[in-house]
Amino acid sequence: MAYDWLKGISDHYDVVVIGSGLAGLTGANTLAKCGHKVLLLEHHYQLGGLATWFTRKGGHIFDISLHGFPVGMIKSVRKYWNQNIADSIVQLKGIRFINPQFQVDTTFDREDFTRILIEKFAVQAETVERFFRDLREMNFYDNNPETTAEMFDRYFPGRDDVKRLLMEPIAYANGSTLDDPAITFGIVFSNFMSKGVYTFQGGSDLLIKKMGEELKKNGVEVRKHVVVEKVLTEEAGGRKHVTAVVANGRTIRCDAVLSNANIKSTVLRIAGAENFSPEFVAQTDAVRINSSSCQVYLGIRKGESIPHIGDLVFTSDAPKFSTGELVDMHTTSRTFSVYYPDTRPGSDRYTIVCSLNSTYAAWNSLSEEEYQKEKLRLIEESISTLERHIPDVRAKLDWIEAATPCTIEYYTRHWAGTSFGTKFEGLKVSMELPNQLPGLFHAGSVGIIMSGWLGTINYGVIVSNQMDKYLAEIKRAAEAVSA
Amino acid sequence: MTKDNCKKLVIDIISDIAPDEDLSAIKPDVRLRDQLQLDSMDFLDIVMELRKRHGIEVPEADYAQLASLESCAEYLTPKFQAKP
Repeated sequence: MAYDWLKGISDHYDVVVIGSGLAGLTGANTLAKCGHKVLLLEHHYQLGGLATWFTRKGGHIFDISLHGFPVGMIKSVRKYWNQNIADSIVQLKGIRFINPQFQVDTTFDREDFTRILIEKFAVQAETVERFFRDLREMNFYDNNPETTAEMFDRYFPGRDDVKRLLMEPIAYANGSTLDDPAITFGIVFSNFMSKGVYTFQGGSDLLIKKMGEELKKNGVEVRKHVVVEKVLTEEAGGRKHVTAVVANGRTIRCDAVLSNANIKSTVLRIAGAENFSPEFVAQTDAVRINSSSCQVYLGIRKGESIPHIGDLVFTSDAPKFSTGELVDMHTTSRTFSVYYPDTRPGSDRYTIVCSLNSTYAAWNSLSEEEYQKEKLRLIEESISTLERHIPDVRAKLDWIEAATPCTIEYYTRHWAGTSFGTKFEGLKVSMELPNQLPGLFHAGSVGIIMSGWLGTINYGVIVSNQMDKYLAEIKRAAEAVSA
Repeated sequence: MTKDNCKKLVIDIISDIAPDEDLSAIKPDVRLRDQLQLDSMDFLDIVMELRKRHGIEVPEADYAQLASLESCAEYLTPKFQAKP
């Protein structure tokens, strides 16, 4: 008989959390600290969602999510996790751009970008100042229809090089394009510009281990290898509400569900269209899934070293930046995340993760033979690009592997293998969900602005506040009945 | 519950949310945002703490009432007094 991954759990929880991405983990922790009884279920054998890692023969540890998030993570991690995890956040100072239009080395903060834009790109100081100031004042509820491309044209007309400098790193960070609302660029870019780019010293493995320990300390029941198949509802007073989930074939009663699955999967697969109005189902159907990523993982043999070529290196051979080129199967636009020994103090190892934006459709449509062939091409092109910066790197590699949007789909169950959640309209559906089906809440990568390390953590807290309110009302009603 | 007690409870919450801030000289009638490094997530934390510690619910439409210490006291004191 198969092992029972749910052995010993209770019959009822205040909250069941589906999925352990950063929004699910942070939601579970926040709700537990509010005094609720929380069960966190993850289908994979390790926590973290895309904030994850894997180990390979030869002592290699590869981090998946682009190392690099805004300084705001220090505050959010301190408040919603603990001081110890916040203390392990360190700045990455070596951000580089290498493309046919320019070569730039930067600490990626407002001060340095102001200097670069004025000195290297000859933009008027007043324009740079106005751009930064206006961006800071953007609000997502403003409903401004302007696209990122239109916004760039207002400040930097005809300046493809400036657009590239501003847009390229954000496209890697959140998959946004020039055609998305300007707000999706503005919020994320402003967050980074505040004080530069940061990462966890110790790697994703240590981060998730520490988060797991904190969940345990706060009383969250965490179970892996558990797939939630269905959310069950009952009708009371003419309205449906959530009463349970079915996970690994077993029914677990609960008052509320926090789904950290993709919003479309949450509504259409896990809850099911039958629980919603046709209008809401249509609205969910219409949510566009964001693009995805490919990665090439390169492990340097133990005992070998490589020179410091920067922490995050944005390279491209494309003459100009374009959103189409960036996700093309044959894109030359790559980000190298270089992990030096100080990434994991005490280690003497180097790894390089090369990230490319991509689409699920391009990879999913290939035959098995073509798929393997394209993966090999991806690997070869990434290594030859890297050789321009580290000429002897090929001989030092002893682990080489690639992942595609299909790999992401397999490990995360994300709709269409996306690595960046949904386009902007997904946020509205996510926020409307509990009004449509009381007890069902969603937090995860939606709307671009709620994506990424900081976006998903904060969104997990925002939704936890709504859930805490909902659960408090249920408890008050129960007390009123028993009194 | 007086308005001054209420202000003290709000300051207690803020001191946990923003431990690095000096709260000894807060001007009650100036927006908290204008004198402290507080962002929209911090205000959400204040709402959650009011519910957790004191069972007080602040609907989203009323978040603006928490702008300054004075407006907090004005808005929250009756809610504290209405508690059973």
